Amino acid sequence: MITLAPREFHLFQAAGRDFLYLVPSAAIFALDDITSAVLAAVTGTKRSEDGVVDALAERFDGPTVREAVADLLSVRAIGYEHEPESRTPRVLPLIPAALPTGRTGVIPLTTMVMNVTNQCNLACTYCYEYGEDKIVDTEHGRKPKFMSEQTARESVEFLLRESGSVAHLTFFGGETLLNFPVLQSTVAYGRRRAAELGKSIDFSLTTNATLLKPEIIAFLVENDVGVTISIDGPREMQDRFRVFHNGAGSYDVVAPRIKELLKRHRSKPIAARVTLTSATLDITRIYRHLTEEIGFGEVGFAPVTTSPGQGYAIGERGFDSMLAQFRALAQEWLACSLENRHHGFSNVTESLEEIHKGVSKAYPCGAGLGLLGVSTDGDVALCHRFAGSDAHKLGTVRDGVDRDAQVAFLERNHIADKTDCSRCWARPLCSGGCYHEAHVRYGTTTHPNLHYCEWIRGWTDTCLRLYGELSERNPAFLARFDREEVKAEAVV
Amino acid sequence: MRHLKPINQKAGRVVDHVANQKHDVVALQQPPFRPHLPLGCTSLFSPGWEADQAGGTAGLCTPVERDIFDCHISCFWPAQVPDMLNHSPDWTGKCAAAQKDWRKIDLVFP
Repeated sequence: MITLAPREFHLFQAAGRDFLYLVPSAAIFALDDITSAVLAAVTGTKRSEDGVVDALAERFDGPTVREAVADLLSVRAIGYEHEPESRTPRVLPLIPAALPTGRTGVIPLTTMVMNVTNQCNLACTYCYEYGEDKIVDTEHGRKPKFMSEQTARESVEFLLRESGSVAHLTFFGGETLLNFPVLQSTVAYGRRRAAELGKSIDFSLTTNATLLKPEIIAFLVENDVGVTISIDGPREMQDRFRVFHNGAGSYDVVAPRIKELLKRHRSKPIAARVTLTSATLDITRIYRHLTEEIGFGEVGFAPVTTSPGQGYAIGERGFDSMLAQFRALAQEWLACSLENRHHGFSNVTESLEEIHKGVSKAYPCGAGLGLLGVSTDGDVALCHRFAGSDAHKLGTVRDGVDRDAQVAFLERNHIADKTDCSRCWARPLCSGGCYHEAHVRYGTTTHPNLHYCEWIRGWTDTCLRLYGELSERNPAFLARFDREEVKAEAVV
Repeated sequence: MRHLKPINQKAGRVVDHVANQKHDVVALQQPPFRPHLPLGCTSLFSPGWEADQAGGTAGLCTPVERDIFDCHISCFWPAQVPDMLNHSPDWTGKCAAAQKDWRKIDLVFP
């Protein structure tokens, strides 16, 4: 007997019908009653095609059931039990040698994150750069504390050399604006050089907002520099961790400056980026405060990156509470989107864009591929979070990317080698999670972030349901996610 | 594809891929296409179909005549073996084991 067997997928319900999220293709199909019934018939019970026809004989006629079986077979939602399921191919996206086609096969750099300083005027207790989990000694290490103008120019040359027609440059720190002079001259230099080379370049930065003086705001507006603000919410939450070196909270300093920036900088959405900890987990309240009282149009949340022992680390129950609150806010997002109104919960928007495109990742993010970090002395690293770490160095802006080191990294970190992920339906989107988080938790980038698997699956399921609802109730809305261009990754 | 509705971009690409797929060509084929599960000669490792290292058949571990049985039993290949149902039911009557008795297989003259 040739038995049918279900393949890898995640079945979810939205708008009163079944949907399939196929793994690893990341394709989403809406099922009709017959395909739903066929799937149920082959799940849990071993049945041949004839067996399925017999089992469903009372509800559907034979030829229709066979047609449904053929449809499910063709998209690999089901297969034959005796045929082994094909494993995810282990294809490295980057080939340093020239391909037979004449192309080099090297993925262009789209985003370069420049750590213009490793100094900060705040002393946030949970900071991955200065806190207990730091991987680079920013205080007594050999790296310069500020990037020189010369290194910044070399970095721009590096970016324009390695990029395709579009380049994104993100300034980062430390506190980025502590090195405002270099930032200023780099924007001018970058624009001039990009124009000479016929490429397009855009700029963004991440800041704690303490130094947003009127003249700096004017510069950011004039030069169309995108801004992400790190802020944790209302006063008591912001001041819990985001403090100055003397321990004073930063809320009263940043709030008026952010309001001023939001008032004047209208060309690009200014995003708030919130770090969630065990002590600051009131997501709805944070969201309300940042959108309604401060005036942000976009708010994104991420749990703090930490080793498990820290008091502010979010434990298992914290993740449950976080998921419940995310879900509530996501329902709000859905209600707005059904009426084509804007809602600023950007975690949803980002996930839905990936779901819409059917992204299936071999690597959790663009680090080491289309995104690289540059440290204050011009060393190129996996991403800004590893900038300055010799163990994660991938070349220098002067000598270019060390392709051997890059290939070795990609060899080691491919999803096909993450055994824990091999049976997880959420792996097309998660792919094991943040390298830096894994490094802090488990001591290596190759380790999947097992401490938040349940949360990832829960949140992915929520986003899939939202997507299903929209596809049924307001399909025109999905066209907003159609854009082709490579977007700059949010850098936090 | 009548029963599955592609929702996201990737699903659209899967549908295109399925529509452009080339299938095995099998006798009497008709849609919906099913995987062709070959039986007999091509799925079995039968040394009889091959040549030995010298390019002949003398050095094979199974006599070349074994082919007759591979075709006769597992494939519909009427030209190569007698019609055992109607005209020559006993043509292998003296051949108990092909490896040993293949010389005893009768010739059949229609």
